[in-house]
Amino acid sequence: MEGNQLQRQATHMRRTLFDQGYLDEQFIQLEELQDDANPNFVEEVVRVFYNDSARLIRNIEMAMGKNPMDFGKLDDVMHQFKGSCSGIGAKKVKRECTRFQDYCKEEDPEGCMGAFQAVKQEHATLKGKLDAYFQLTRQC
Amino acid sequence: MTVEEVRGNSEGGDRNYDHFPVGMRVLAVDDDPICLKLLDGLLRKCQYHVTTTSQARAALKMLRENKDRFDLVISDVHMPDMDGFKLLELVGLEMDLPVIMLSANSDPKLVMKGVTHGACDYLVKPVRIEELRNIWQHVIRRKKFDTNKQGKSTYEDKALQGHGDVCQGHQNTGTTDQNGKLNKKRKDEEDESEDTGNDHEDPSTQKKPRVVWSIELHRKFVAAVNQLGIEKAVPKRILDLMNVEGLTRENVASHLQKYRLYLKRISSVATQQANMVAALGGKDAAYMRMSTLDGFGDFRTLSGSGRLSNPAFASYTQGGMLGRLNSPAGINLRNLASPTVVHPSHAQTLNNSTGTLGKLHPAVSPASQTASVFQGVPSSLELDQLQQNKSAMHIGDFNPMDDSRIFGAPSAFTDARALAINSNSNLTGVPNNSLMLQGNSQQILAGGGFVDQSSFPSELFNRDVGVSSKFVDHGRTNENWQSAVQLSKFPSNALAPNDSFSQGQLPLSSVRDNNSSAGPHQQNSPLGFSSTATTAAPLEDSRGEIQCQEGLVSGSVQNLSQASAQRWGVSKQSYSHNSNNSFSTLNPQASPPLSQSMGQTGITDRRMDMCLTGQSGVGISSFLQHSQVENPTTGSRTRSGEDYMLEQIRPQGGFVPNSYDSLDDLMSAIKREPNGSMFDGDMGFDAYQFGSCI
Repeated sequence: MEGNQLQRQATHMRRTLFDQGYLDEQFIQLEELQDDANPNFVEEVVRVFYNDSARLIRNIEMAMGKNPMDFGKLDDVMHQFKGSCSGIGAKKVKRECTRFQDYCKEEDPEGCMGAFQAVKQEHATLKGKLDAYFQLTRQC
Repeated sequence: MTVEEVRGNSEGGDRNYDHFPVGMRVLAVDDDPICLKLLDGLLRKCQYHVTTTSQARAALKMLRENKDRFDLVISDVHMPDMDGFKLLELVGLEMDLPVIMLSANSDPKLVMKGVTHGACDYLVKPVRIEELRNIWQHVIRRKKFDTNKQGKSTYEDKALQGHGDVCQGHQNTGTTDQNGKLNKKRKDEEDESEDTGNDHEDPSTQKKPRVVWSIELHRKFVAAVNQLGIEKAVPKRILDLMNVEGLTRENVASHLQKYRLYLKRISSVATQQANMVAALGGKDAAYMRMSTLDGFGDFRTLSGSGRLSNPAFASYTQGGMLGRLNSPAGINLRNLASPTVVHPSHAQTLNNSTGTLGKLHPAVSPASQTASVFQGVPSSLELDQLQQNKSAMHIGDFNPMDDSRIFGAPSAFTDARALAINSNSNLTGVPNNSLMLQGNSQQILAGGGFVDQSSFPSELFNRDVGVSSKFVDHGRTNENWQSAVQLSKFPSNALAPNDSFSQGQLPLSSVRDNNSSAGPHQQNSPLGFSSTATTAAPLEDSRGEIQCQEGLVSGSVQNLSQASAQRWGVSKQSYSHNSNNSFSTLNPQASPPLSQSMGQTGITDRRMDMCLTGQSGVGISSFLQHSQVENPTTGSRTRSGEDYMLEQIRPQGGFVPNSYDSLDDLMSAIKREPNGSMFDGDMGFDAYQFGSCI
């Protein structure tokens, strides 16, 4: 029962993540790659993502601190970050990244700063949700 | 799982894939750990055997260590340690493996770039598994095409291996398409036995649809391509123009692909090398032989890390490069050289004009000149020298044979290279000499000219060789120092240095001993170029910026290590890069040779093309851009870093410009190619622009 309960909770949580646009089909691809040979594939990939993205976020922050801002570089780093996001299906984060890149193209410092905040926020939110999700699935 | 490499397979290419594509061995390169992990998972799901790395250089190293270890490479475009396109080129040139590009960016320009650099596919991230399920087709397709050329390749390969039988390569009609060279390398190893029969000109008599691209055939091909214009050259029309019975459109298409790559490579290498080669010995055959292979050999070695992004060169090396002359590639060079051979006389002007780094353009003519110079080089000398130099240049596999061949073939190859080199003034002190070298190594060999015989202090060579192979990079001035150019040092004649190579002797490459010093000196800086040929009388100063595409040189140079250098005889023309900087590419190791050579021959610089002789694709690694240093320093490499002009070996002595013609054409063709960027990265191919090299 409990197991079932947890299972249902996990399923429900997952569904919500999709419904609310936090995740997209790419996440399903990850799930499909998970099998007996790779039982924790999804979680591993997400873990790698959070490690690597933290580094990228730091790079962006440093670059944002420069004055004047090097939009080209910012765009470049953000592009990498976005690539990682798309790899795991982090839909909302990806969207904010695109917004950030748009501001870079327009060379709008305030716009960039605002967009960057949004990126970080979405990034953190998703992390929280995924952590909870994995915790549940581990228990199942 | 993974099918073990089946070495010794007659087919060479056939791995024991019983259940192909299951077990197909893929090498995945991506600096993004998430994507890499994803790729790993996806590929495993497709039941491929996956090896991943986040470092492009590590990937290259793995590939070079064992060409048969992988069937396919998937690489990200955007990587910190090396541009994905460069890696692509290098892999294509050296290993002739199918490469799939991967990027989060779906910009059509990038996709086009992938295509022009030879990628067999371009995938946009995030990649879906469906897209990966079909990638095995690229492996099969390539194998099929290769088979056609197999015959040749094996043949060449053998030759390269140092059969020492110059004639072999020779006979092979050098044709082996450039790609063939690459292929050959792989294949050869595998099927030595296979093809010997390919003899030339037998387009489709064999049961297998192997086409042996003999020299004549290749010449026709090049002529047809030139007539149509490299951009407009489509297989069907080329086929019609060539009017050869039994030749199929596929044969031509495949050959064209290789040729294009070769052109790219050489362009960066700067025709100088070609020139040198040409100068060296006019012996087409020899030259061709020379180049072919070793050039490639260099590639590999040179590349070290450098990206020899000149796949084209690799193949091109054929002509100029020692070694695979047999392979069609060699022939190609020849032919190539002719069309593109820019007149050596012009070379100078070209070089100068090139100004732009890496732009090979007009330099082509100089290249031709140089080429001619090379041609002038007494083939006999070359041969001898080559033989001697065997060890020296050996950029990759510089076989002594190659040497001789190289000279012989200086033809086109050098020219092209010279051209390429010239154009790139990149030689500017390339900061990455090492890169250059690496990349150059390939080119250097191509220089074909490396006939570094004896005196050539191998180190010289190496250095040069390593030099910039294709540093045509725009930014890289050095790049093009094809030290490879070091056309053999013909001790005797060649170096008549100062006087011009033309004497028929191939001074060009003669990396004379003096030059050899170049090796050590390398780098004088920008030149990184292998000091080639100093022998040749200062090629007239090809001042042009002959960008010696030493690139080859650099990478390979190192590998070449002195021994090869010797062989190469190619004295790397220590091109004195006019801009001085240009060559920095020559790795310090390699560069010395260049500089040295430059000084030596009195020609100083010019000759960069010697690198052209590059064998195999190496491309003109030493296309040193000559900045024309003209230093007559003679003997002692004056160059130290100065601009050695790789002179296209201007015909000072009357080098055989012939070969250049094709090279020139090549170069010009290459130039025309939209992407000169072959070498974006390290290779600095500005190369395509050839012409300028010379």
